[in-house]
Amino acid sequence: MNLFRKSPWIIHYDGASCNGCDIEVLACLTPRYDVERLGIINTGNPKHADILLITGYINEQSQPVVRTIYEQMPDPKVVVAVGICASSGGIFRDCYNTKGGVDSTIPVDIYVPGCAARPESIMDGVVQALDLLERKRKEKKTRRRAIAPTPTSEVPTP
Amino acid sequence: MANRTVIPFGPQHPVLPEPIHLDLVIEDEHVVEAIPSFGFIHRGLEKLVEKKDFTEFTFIAERICGICSYIHGMGYCQAVETVMGLEIPERAKWLRTMWSELSRIHSHMMWLGLLADAFGFENLFMACWRLREGILDVIEETSGGRVIFGAAKVGGCRRDVPDDLLARIPAQLNAVEDELRAITNVFRDDFSVRQRLCGVGLLSRNDAYDLGAVGPMLRASGVAQDSRLDGYAAYDKIAVEPIVEESGDCWGRTMVRIREIYQSFDILRHVLPNVPPGPVDMKITGAPKGEFFARLEQPRGEVIYYVKGNGTKFLDRFRVRTPTFANIPPLLKMLQGCQLADVPVIVLTIDPCISCAER
Repeated sequence: MNLFRKSPWIIHYDGASCNGCDIEVLACLTPRYDVERLGIINTGNPKHADILLITGYINEQSQPVVRTIYEQMPDPKVVVAVGICASSGGIFRDCYNTKGGVDSTIPVDIYVPGCAARPESIMDGVVQALDLLERKRKEKKTRRRAIAPTPTSEVPTP
Repeated sequence: MANRTVIPFGPQHPVLPEPIHLDLVIEDEHVVEAIPSFGFIHRGLEKLVEKKDFTEFTFIAERICGICSYIHGMGYCQAVETVMGLEIPERAKWLRTMWSELSRIHSHMMWLGLLADAFGFENLFMACWRLREGILDVIEETSGGRVIFGAAKVGGCRRDVPDDLLARIPAQLNAVEDELRAITNVFRDDFSVRQRLCGVGLLSRNDAYDLGAVGPMLRASGVAQDSRLDGYAAYDKIAVEPIVEESGDCWGRTMVRIREIYQSFDILRHVLPNVPPGPVDMKITGAPKGEFFARLEQPRGEVIYYVKGNGTKFLDRFRVRTPTFANIPPLLKMLQGCQLADVPVIVLTIDPCISCAER
Protein backbone atom coordinates (compact mmCIF):
# COMPACT_ATOMS: atom_id res chain seq x y z
CA MET A 1 0.00 0.00 0.00
CA ASN A 2 1.48 3.23 -1.11
CA LEU A 3 -0.62 5.37 1.16
CA PHE A 4 1.27 4.63 4.33
CA ARG A 5 4.79 5.16 3.15
CA LYS A 6 5.35 7.03 6.35
CA SER A 7 3.66 6.44 9.68
CA PRO A 8 2.75 9.89 10.91
CA TRP A 9 2.91 10.83 14.55
CA ILE A 10 0.16 13.07 15.72
CA ILE A 11 -0.04 15.65 18.45
CA HIS A 12 -3.38 16.66 19.86
CA TYR A 13 -4.17 19.99 21.45
CA ASP A 14 -7.46 21.16 22.86
CA GLY A 15 -7.91 24.78 21.76
CA ALA A 16 -11.12 25.58 23.59
CA SER A 17 -13.51 22.75 22.95
CA CYS A 18 -16.19 21.01 24.94
CA ASN A 19 -14.16 17.79 25.21
CA GLY A 20 -16.40 15.84 22.90
CA CYS A 21 -13.95 15.86 20.00
CA ASP A 22 -11.01 15.27 22.34
CA ILE A 23 -12.33 11.99 23.61
CA GLU A 24 -13.16 11.00 20.05
CA VAL A 25 -9.55 11.70 19.04
CA LEU A 26 -8.44 9.44 21.89
CA ALA A 27 -11.05 6.86 20.88
CA CYS A 28 -9.35 6.66 17.47
CA LEU A 29 -6.25 5.32 19.19
CA THR A 30 -8.03 2.66 21.18
CA PRO A 31 -8.84 -0.90 20.09
CA ARG A 32 -12.19 -0.33 18.34
CA TYR A 33 -10.66 2.04 15.78
CA ASP A 34 -7.00 1.43 16.53
CA VAL A 35 -4.98 3.70 14.29
CA GLU A 36 -1.85 2.54 16.10
CA ARG A 37 -1.86 -0.57 13.94
CA LEU A 38 -0.91 1.80 11.10
CA GLY A 39 1.95 3.20 13.13
CA ILE A 40 0.14 6.37 14.07
CA ILE A 41 1.17 7.38 17.56
CA ASN A 42 -0.18 10.15 19.73
CA THR A 43 2.94 11.89 20.94
CA GLY A 44 3.16 14.57 23.58
CA ASN A 45 6.12 16.30 22.04
CA PRO A 46 5.53 18.80 19.21
CA LYS A 47 9.05 18.21 17.92
CA HIS A 48 8.23 14.58 17.15
CA ALA A 49 4.93 15.27 15.46
CA ASP A 50 3.92 15.43 11.80
CA ILE A 51 0.21 16.11 12.15
CA LEU A 52 -1.36 18.57 14.55
CA LEU A 53 -4.95 17.77 15.51
CA ILE A 54 -6.68 20.76 17.04
CA THR A 55 -10.12 20.57 18.58
CA GLY A 56 -12.15 23.58 19.60
CA TYR A 57 -11.87 27.19 18.66
CA ILE A 58 -9.16 29.64 19.63
CA ASN A 59 -9.49 32.09 22.48
CA GLU A 60 -7.25 34.81 23.85
CA GLN A 61 -5.31 32.51 26.14
CA SER A 62 -4.91 29.45 23.95
CA GLN A 63 -3.74 31.47 20.93
CA PRO A 64 -0.07 31.76 21.96
CA VAL A 65 -0.01 28.09 23.01
CA VAL A 66 -1.34 26.91 19.64
CA ARG A 67 1.10 29.16 17.83
CA THR A 68 4.03 27.84 19.87
CA ILE A 69 3.10 24.22 19.24
CA TYR A 70 2.77 24.92 15.52
CA GLU A 71 6.13 26.66 15.37
CA GLN A 72 7.87 23.88 17.28
CA MET A 73 6.76 21.21 14.83
CA PRO A 74 9.32 20.37 12.14
CA ASP A 75 8.51 20.81 8.45
CA PRO A 76 6.68 19.29 6.63
CA LYS A 77 3.61 19.45 8.87
CA VAL A 78 -0.12 19.29 8.42
CA VAL A 79 -2.78 20.89 10.59
CA VAL A 80 -6.15 19.16 10.93
CA ALA A 81 -9.02 21.11 12.50
CA VAL A 82 -11.25 18.55 14.19
CA GLY A 83 -14.90 19.40 14.66
CA ILE A 84 -17.06 22.32 13.74
CA CYS A 85 -15.70 24.56 16.53
CA ALA A 86 -12.19 24.24 15.18
CA SER A 87 -13.42 24.91 11.66
CA SER A 88 -15.47 28.02 12.26
CA GLY A 89 -16.23 28.58 15.93
CA GLY A 90 -19.38 26.48 15.67
CA ILE A 91 -21.99 26.85 18.35
CA PHE A 92 -19.70 29.13 20.36
CA ARG A 93 -18.95 31.61 17.59
CA ASP A 94 -21.16 34.25 19.25
CA CYS A 95 -19.29 34.02 22.56
CA TYR A 96 -17.39 37.11 23.65
CA ASN A 97 -14.19 35.19 24.13
CA THR A 98 -13.77 33.66 20.70
CA LYS A 99 -11.24 34.47 18.03
CA GLY A 100 -12.90 32.20 15.50
CA GLY A 101 -11.73 28.89 14.11
CA VAL A 102 -8.18 27.57 14.19
CA ASP A 103 -7.44 29.24 10.85
CA SER A 104 -7.57 32.61 12.62
CA THR A 105 -4.24 31.71 14.20
CA ILE A 106 -2.38 29.14 12.10
CA PRO A 107 -2.86 27.85 8.54
CA VAL A 108 -5.22 24.85 8.49
CA ASP A 109 -4.96 22.19 5.78
CA ILE A 110 -7.87 19.88 6.51
CA TYR A 111 -11.23 20.50 8.14
CA VAL A 112 -13.08 17.59 9.77
CA PRO A 113 -16.80 18.28 10.21
CA GLY A 114 -19.04 17.08 13.00
CA CYS A 115 -20.17 17.95 16.50
CA ALA A 116 -18.67 15.93 17.96
CA ALA A 117 -16.58 14.65 15.03
CA ARG A 118 -16.91 10.89 14.75
CA PRO A 119 -13.77 8.74 14.93
CA GLU A 120 -14.35 7.58 11.36
CA SER A 121 -14.28 11.13 10.05
CA ILE A 122 -11.22 12.00 12.16
CA MET A 123 -9.44 9.01 10.65
CA ASP A 124 -10.49 10.11 7.19
CA GLY A 125 -9.01 13.53 7.93
CA VAL A 126 -5.75 11.94 9.04
CA VAL A 127 -5.59 9.80 5.89
CA GLN A 128 -6.03 12.90 3.75
CA ALA A 129 -3.37 14.59 5.84
CA LEU A 130 -1.02 11.73 4.89
CA ASP A 131 -1.38 12.49 1.20
CA LEU A 132 -0.76 16.12 1.86
CA LEU A 133 2.24 15.34 4.03
CA GLU A 134 3.78 13.31 1.22
CA ARG A 135 3.17 16.14 -1.26
CA LYS A 136 4.68 18.70 1.08
CA ARG A 137 7.70 16.49 1.61
CA LYS A 138 8.33 16.25 -2.14
CA GLU A 139 7.87 19.98 -2.59
CA LYS A 140 10.36 20.65 0.14
CA LYS A 141 12.87 18.29 -1.49
CA THR A 142 12.65 19.99 -4.89
CA ARG A 143 12.85 23.39 -3.27
CA ARG A 144 15.95 22.38 -1.37
CA ARG A 145 17.58 21.08 -4.56
CA ALA A 146 16.86 24.36 -6.30
CA ILE A 147 18.44 26.39 -3.52
CA ALA A 148 21.47 24.16 -2.79
CA PRO A 149 24.72 25.32 -4.47
CA THR A 150 26.40 23.02 -7.02
CA PRO A 151 29.05 20.95 -5.29
CA THR A 152 32.63 21.94 -6.16
CA SER A 153 35.95 20.31 -5.31
CA GLU A 154 37.56 23.59 -4.37
CA VAL A 155 38.31 24.00 -0.71
CA PRO A 156 38.20 27.65 0.26
CA THR A 157 41.51 28.80 1.66
CA PRO A 158 41.41 31.18 4.54
CA MET B 1 16.92 24.50 53.03
CA ALA B 2 17.04 23.08 49.57
CA ASN B 3 16.71 25.31 46.56
CA ARG B 4 13.26 25.88 45.24
CA THR B 5 12.51 25.31 41.59
CA VAL B 6 9.37 26.10 39.65
CA ILE B 7 8.30 23.49 37.14
CA PRO B 8 5.53 24.36 34.71
CA PHE B 9 3.00 21.55 34.22
CA GLY B 10 0.84 22.01 31.14
CA PRO B 11 -1.06 23.45 29.35
CA GLN B 12 0.11 21.03 26.70
CA HIS B 13 1.14 17.92 28.62
CA PRO B 14 1.19 14.25 27.56
CA VAL B 15 -1.08 12.99 30.36
CA LEU B 16 -3.64 15.73 29.97
CA PRO B 17 -6.13 15.61 27.15
CA GLU B 18 -7.11 19.11 28.18
CA PRO B 19 -5.12 22.21 28.98
CA ILE B 20 -4.65 23.19 32.61
CA HIS B 21 -1.55 24.94 33.78
CA LEU B 22 0.05 24.36 37.16
CA ASP B 23 3.21 26.02 38.39
CA LEU B 24 4.73 23.44 40.70
CA VAL B 25 7.09 24.91 43.28
CA ILE B 26 9.34 22.01 44.21
CA GLU B 27 12.00 21.46 46.82
CA ASP B 28 14.14 18.46 45.94
CA GLU B 29 11.54 15.95 44.77
CA HIS B 30 8.64 17.29 46.80
CA VAL B 31 6.01 19.74 45.71
CA VAL B 32 5.75 22.63 48.13
CA GLU B 33 3.01 24.51 46.39
CA ALA B 34 0.98 24.34 43.23
CA ILE B 35 -0.26 27.52 41.59
CA PRO B 36 -2.91 26.98 38.93
CA SER B 37 -3.77 29.26 36.07
CA PHE B 38 -6.94 28.93 34.07
CA GLY B 39 -8.79 30.23 31.08
CA PHE B 40 -7.39 28.13 28.26
CA ILE B 41 -10.84 26.84 27.43
CA HIS B 42 -12.95 29.69 28.72
CA ARG B 43 -15.78 30.21 26.24
CA GLY B 44 -18.09 32.48 28.18
CA LEU B 45 -21.13 30.44 27.28
CA GLU B 46 -23.17 31.70 30.23
CA LYS B 47 -23.41 35.02 28.43
CA LEU B 48 -24.93 33.29 25.40
CA VAL B 49 -28.34 33.11 27.15
CA GLU B 50 -28.76 36.69 26.00
CA LYS B 51 -28.41 35.67 22.36
CA LYS B 52 -30.13 32.29 22.18
CA ASP B 53 -33.65 31.68 23.38
CA PHE B 54 -34.22 29.35 26.29
CA THR B 55 -35.16 26.27 24.28
CA GLU B 56 -32.23 26.70 21.92
CA PHE B 57 -29.83 27.09 24.82
CA THR B 58 -30.28 23.41 25.70
CA PHE B 59 -27.85 22.57 22.90
CA ILE B 60 -25.25 24.92 24.34
CA ALA B 61 -25.80 23.56 27.84
CA GLU B 62 -25.08 20.08 26.44
CA ARG B 63 -21.81 21.39 25.08
CA ILE B 64 -20.53 22.73 28.40
CA CYS B 65 -18.67 19.46 28.43
CA GLY B 66 -18.58 16.55 26.03
CA ILE B 67 -18.12 13.85 28.66
CA CYS B 68 -21.03 14.58 30.95
CA SER B 69 -22.93 16.32 28.19
CA TYR B 70 -26.30 14.71 28.79
CA ILE B 71 -26.49 15.62 32.46
CA HIS B 72 -25.62 19.23 31.65
CA GLY B 73 -28.46 19.46 29.16
CA MET B 74 -30.82 17.68 31.50
CA GLY B 75 -29.89 19.87 34.47
CA TYR B 76 -30.51 23.03 32.51
CA CYS B 77 -33.88 21.72 31.31
CA GLN B 78 -34.79 20.69 34.83
CA ALA B 79 -34.05 24.19 36.14
CA VAL B 80 -36.10 25.86 33.39
CA GLU B 81 -38.96 23.38 33.85
CA THR B 82 -39.13 24.12 37.56
CA VAL B 83 -39.18 27.86 36.91
CA MET B 84 -42.03 27.37 34.43
CA GLY B 85 -43.84 24.95 36.70
CA LEU B 86 -43.88 22.11 34.18
CA GLU B 87 -44.44 18.54 35.28
CA ILE B 88 -42.80 16.43 32.57
CA PRO B 89 -44.25 13.06 31.52
CA GLU B 90 -43.27 10.05 33.59
CA ARG B 91 -41.64 8.22 30.67
CA ALA B 92 -39.35 11.20 30.01
CA LYS B 93 -38.20 11.11 33.63
CA TRP B 94 -37.26 7.46 33.41
CA LEU B 95 -35.49 7.88 30.09
CA ARG B 96 -33.52 10.80 31.56
CA THR B 97 -32.48 8.57 34.44
CA MET B 98 -31.38 5.87 32.01
CA TRP B 99 -29.27 8.25 29.96
CA SER B 100 -27.65 9.86 32.98
CA GLU B 101 -26.64 6.46 34.36
CA LEU B 102 -25.29 5.41 30.96
CA SER B 103 -23.21 8.56 30.82
CA ARG B 104 -21.95 7.93 34.33
CA ILE B 105 -20.72 4.47 33.33
CA HIS B 106 -19.09 5.78 30.17
CA SER B 107 -17.41 8.63 32.03
CA HIS B 108 -16.06 6.43 34.82
CA MET B 109 -14.74 3.82 32.39
CA MET B 110 -13.04 6.53 30.39
CA TRP B 111 -11.53 7.88 33.58
CA LEU B 112 -10.23 4.45 34.62
CA GLY B 113 -8.44 4.27 31.28
CA LEU B 114 -6.94 7.72 31.64
CA LEU B 115 -5.76 6.90 35.15
CA ALA B 116 -4.05 3.75 33.88
CA ASP B 117 -2.41 5.88 31.20
CA ALA B 118 -1.24 8.36 33.86
CA PHE B 119 0.68 5.71 35.76
CA GLY B 120 2.01 4.18 32.58
CA PHE B 121 -0.15 1.05 32.28
CA GLU B 122 -0.87 1.38 28.57
CA ASN B 123 -2.48 -2.03 28.22
CA LEU B 124 -5.04 -1.29 30.92
CA PHE B 125 -5.85 2.03 29.24
CA MET B 126 -6.61 0.25 25.98
CA ALA B 127 -8.67 -2.43 27.72
CA CYS B 128 -10.85 0.14 29.52
CA TRP B 129 -11.47 2.11 26.35
CA ARG B 130 -12.28 -1.02 24.40
CA LEU B 131 -15.03 -1.93 26.86
CA ARG B 132 -16.29 1.64 26.94
CA GLU B 133 -17.18 1.33 23.26
CA GLY B 134 -19.83 -1.23 24.28
CA ILE B 135 -21.54 1.45 26.38
CA LEU B 136 -21.16 4.01 23.60
CA ASP B 137 -22.95 1.57 21.28
CA VAL B 138 -25.93 1.51 23.63
CA ILE B 139 -25.87 5.30 23.87
CA GLU B 140 -25.69 5.67 20.11
CA GLU B 141 -28.51 3.20 19.58
CA THR B 142 -30.82 4.97 22.00
CA SER B 143 -29.97 8.65 21.49
CA GLY B 144 -28.22 8.88 18.13
CA GLY B 145 -25.00 10.47 19.33
CA ARG B 146 -21.82 8.97 20.70
CA VAL B 147 -20.63 11.66 23.05
CA ILE B 148 -23.06 14.55 22.59
CA PHE B 149 -26.45 12.87 22.95
CA GLY B 150 -28.67 15.73 21.85
CA ALA B 151 -31.54 14.05 23.64
CA ALA B 152 -32.46 16.64 26.25
CA LYS B 153 -35.23 19.13 25.69
CA VAL B 154 -37.18 21.54 27.82
CA GLY B 155 -40.35 19.61 28.58
CA GLY B 156 -39.07 16.06 28.16
CA CYS B 157 -36.82 14.18 25.75
CA ARG B 158 -36.21 14.84 22.08
CA ARG B 159 -36.39 11.17 21.23
CA ASP B 160 -38.41 8.21 22.31
CA VAL B 161 -36.72 4.87 22.71
CA PRO B 162 -38.72 1.93 21.32
CA ASP B 163 -39.69 -0.70 23.88
CA ASP B 164 -38.04 -3.58 22.04
CA LEU B 165 -34.75 -1.68 22.13
CA LEU B 166 -35.14 -1.06 25.86
CA ALA B 167 -35.68 -4.80 26.31
CA ARG B 168 -32.51 -5.57 24.39
CA ILE B 169 -30.17 -3.26 26.33
CA PRO B 170 -29.76 -5.31 29.57
CA ALA B 171 -28.14 -8.17 27.66
CA GLN B 172 -25.63 -5.75 26.11
CA LEU B 173 -24.89 -4.22 29.50
CA ASN B 174 -24.41 -7.63 31.10
CA ALA B 175 -21.84 -8.54 28.49
CA VAL B 176 -19.88 -5.36 29.22
CA GLU B 177 -20.17 -5.87 32.95
CA ASP B 178 -18.80 -9.42 32.82
CA GLU B 179 -15.73 -8.28 30.94
CA LEU B 180 -15.32 -5.26 33.18
CA ARG B 181 -14.86 -7.44 36.28
CA ALA B 182 -11.53 -8.68 34.98
CA ILE B 183 -10.30 -5.12 34.51
CA THR B 184 -11.47 -3.75 37.82
CA ASN B 185 -9.82 -6.70 39.56
CA VAL B 186 -6.53 -5.40 38.20
CA PHE B 187 -7.16 -2.02 39.79
CA ARG B 188 -8.16 -3.71 43.02
CA ASP B 189 -5.48 -6.36 43.36
CA ASP B 190 -2.49 -5.63 41.16
CA PHE B 191 0.64 -4.98 43.18
CA SER B 192 2.11 -2.26 40.98
CA VAL B 193 -1.20 -0.44 40.64
CA ARG B 194 -1.58 -0.39 44.41
CA GLN B 195 1.96 0.89 44.75
CA ARG B 196 1.07 3.89 42.65
CA LEU B 197 -2.29 4.61 44.28
CA CYS B 198 -2.29 3.59 47.95
CA GLY B 199 -1.43 6.42 50.32
CA VAL B 200 -0.89 8.90 47.50
CA GLY B 201 -2.73 12.22 47.53
CA LEU B 202 -4.27 11.95 50.95
CA LEU B 203 -7.26 14.15 51.66
CA SER B 204 -8.67 13.97 55.17
CA ARG B 205 -12.37 13.99 55.85
CA ASN B 206 -12.23 17.46 57.37
CA ASP B 207 -10.19 18.92 54.52
CA ALA B 208 -12.50 17.42 51.93
CA TYR B 209 -15.51 18.89 53.69
CA ASP B 210 -13.99 22.30 54.43
CA LEU B 211 -12.51 22.82 50.97
CA GLY B 212 -15.81 21.95 49.35
CA ALA B 213 -14.89 18.75 47.53
CA VAL B 214 -17.76 17.10 45.72
CA GLY B 215 -18.62 13.73 44.26
CA PRO B 216 -16.23 10.77 44.42
CA MET B 217 -13.55 13.02 45.97
CA LEU B 218 -15.79 13.72 48.95
CA ARG B 219 -17.14 10.19 49.18
CA ALA B 220 -13.65 8.68 49.09
CA SER B 221 -12.82 10.76 52.17
CA GLY B 222 -15.72 9.25 54.08
CA VAL B 223 -18.55 11.76 53.61
CA ALA B 224 -21.77 10.19 52.37
CA GLN B 225 -23.14 12.85 50.05
CA ASP B 226 -24.91 12.14 46.80
CA SER B 227 -27.31 14.56 45.08
CA ARG B 228 -29.23 11.68 43.58
CA LEU B 229 -30.77 11.25 47.03
CA ASP B 230 -32.67 14.50 46.37
CA GLY B 231 -34.83 12.50 44.01
CA TYR B 232 -34.77 14.43 40.75
CA ALA B 233 -35.94 12.69 37.54
CA ALA B 234 -36.92 9.16 38.55
CA TYR B 235 -34.41 8.85 41.38
CA ASP B 236 -37.17 9.30 43.93
CA LYS B 237 -38.40 5.83 42.92
CA ILE B 238 -34.98 4.21 43.01
CA ALA B 239 -32.95 3.41 46.08
CA VAL B 240 -29.51 4.98 45.70
CA GLU B 241 -26.97 4.26 48.37
CA PRO B 242 -23.99 6.70 48.40
CA ILE B 243 -20.76 4.79 47.95
CA VAL B 244 -18.24 5.69 50.60
CA GLU B 245 -14.59 4.78 51.14
CA GLU B 246 -12.67 5.85 54.21
CA SER B 247 -9.09 5.93 52.96
CA GLY B 248 -9.10 9.33 51.25
CA ASP B 249 -6.21 8.47 48.92
CA CYS B 250 -6.02 7.89 45.18
CA TRP B 251 -6.86 4.24 45.65
CA GLY B 252 -10.01 5.13 47.61
CA ARG B 253 -11.17 7.43 44.84
CA THR B 254 -10.55 4.72 42.28
CA MET B 255 -12.56 2.24 44.33
CA VAL B 256 -15.45 4.69 44.72
CA ARG B 257 -15.64 5.12 40.97
CA ILE B 258 -15.35 1.42 40.27
CA ARG B 259 -18.14 0.61 42.71
CA GLU B 260 -20.23 3.40 41.20
CA ILE B 261 -19.96 1.76 37.80
CA TYR B 262 -21.47 -1.43 39.21
CA GLN B 263 -24.07 0.58 41.09
CA SER B 264 -25.06 2.26 37.83
CA PHE B 265 -25.40 -1.13 36.17
CA ASP B 266 -27.73 -2.16 39.02
CA ILE B 267 -29.76 1.04 38.67
CA LEU B 268 -30.05 0.51 34.91
CA ARG B 269 -31.23 -3.05 35.43
CA HIS B 270 -33.95 -1.65 37.65
CA VAL B 271 -34.79 1.28 35.34
CA LEU B 272 -34.96 -0.44 31.95
CA PRO B 273 -37.85 -2.86 32.58
CA ASN B 274 -39.78 -0.21 34.52
CA VAL B 275 -39.91 2.60 31.95
CA PRO B 276 -43.62 3.43 31.86
CA PRO B 277 -45.49 3.88 28.57
CA GLY B 278 -46.71 7.28 27.45
CA PRO B 279 -45.53 10.44 25.73
CA VAL B 280 -41.96 11.67 26.16
CA ASP B 281 -42.44 15.40 25.77
CA MET B 282 -45.00 18.10 26.29
CA LYS B 283 -45.93 21.34 24.65
CA ILE B 284 -44.31 24.40 26.15
CA THR B 285 -46.17 27.68 26.24
CA GLY B 286 -44.96 30.95 27.66
CA ALA B 287 -41.53 31.80 28.93
CA PRO B 288 -39.74 31.28 32.24
CA LYS B 289 -40.22 33.94 34.89
CA GLY B 290 -38.49 33.49 38.22
CA GLU B 291 -35.33 31.83 39.43
CA PHE B 292 -34.23 28.40 40.52
CA PHE B 293 -31.20 26.39 41.61
CA ALA B 294 -31.07 22.82 40.29
CA ARG B 295 -28.68 20.33 41.89
CA LEU B 296 -27.72 17.15 40.09
CA GLU B 297 -25.15 14.43 40.54
CA GLN B 298 -22.70 14.22 37.70
CA PRO B 299 -20.05 11.52 37.32
CA ARG B 300 -17.62 14.05 38.80
CA GLY B 301 -19.85 15.25 41.60
CA GLU B 302 -22.54 17.72 42.38
CA VAL B 303 -23.35 20.33 39.76
CA ILE B 304 -25.49 23.39 40.30
CA TYR B 305 -27.48 25.29 37.68
CA TYR B 306 -28.93 28.68 38.39
CA VAL B 307 -31.53 30.03 36.02
CA LYS B 308 -33.19 33.43 36.20
CA GLY B 309 -35.93 34.26 33.73
CA ASN B 310 -37.67 37.58 33.17
CA GLY B 311 -40.74 36.41 31.29
CA THR B 312 -39.21 36.82 27.82
CA LYS B 313 -37.69 34.17 25.58
CA PHE B 314 -34.22 35.18 26.68
CA LEU B 315 -33.06 34.34 30.18
CA ASP B 316 -31.58 37.01 32.41
CA ARG B 317 -28.85 34.88 33.87
CA PHE B 318 -27.58 31.34 33.70
CA ARG B 319 -24.89 30.09 35.99
CA VAL B 320 -23.33 26.68 36.35
CA ARG B 321 -21.01 25.57 39.16
CA THR B 322 -19.33 22.44 37.90
CA PRO B 323 -17.78 19.69 40.02
CA THR B 324 -14.24 20.10 38.70
CA PHE B 325 -14.30 23.75 39.68
CA ALA B 326 -15.25 22.75 43.22
CA ASN B 327 -12.56 20.07 43.30
CA ILE B 328 -9.65 22.32 42.43
CA PRO B 329 -9.00 23.73 45.95
CA PRO B 330 -8.78 20.15 47.37
CA LEU B 331 -6.46 19.27 44.49
CA LEU B 332 -4.06 22.07 45.42
CA LYS B 333 -4.18 20.86 49.03
CA MET B 334 -3.35 17.29 47.97
CA LEU B 335 -0.46 18.39 45.80
CA GLN B 336 1.32 20.01 48.74
CA GLY B 337 4.04 17.68 49.91
CA CYS B 338 3.58 15.03 47.25
CA GLN B 339 6.33 13.62 45.05
CA LEU B 340 6.80 15.23 41.67
CA ALA B 341 6.30 11.87 39.95
CA ASP B 342 2.89 11.48 41.59
CA VAL B 343 1.53 14.79 40.29
CA PRO B 344 -0.05 13.37 37.10
CA VAL B 345 -1.80 10.61 39.07
CA ILE B 346 -3.12 13.01 41.69
CA VAL B 347 -4.33 15.49 39.09
CA LEU B 348 -6.08 12.64 37.30
CA THR B 349 -7.86 11.36 40.41
CA ILE B 350 -10.00 14.47 40.70
CA ASP B 351 -11.23 13.46 37.23
CA PRO B 352 -10.44 16.88 35.80
CA CYS B 353 -12.84 18.13 33.20
CA ILE B 354 -11.39 21.48 32.37
CA SER B 355 -13.99 22.49 29.84
CA CYS B 356 -16.59 22.06 32.57
CA ALA B 357 -14.56 24.09 35.02
CA GLU B 358 -13.87 26.97 32.66
CA ARG B 359 -17.17 26.93 30.77
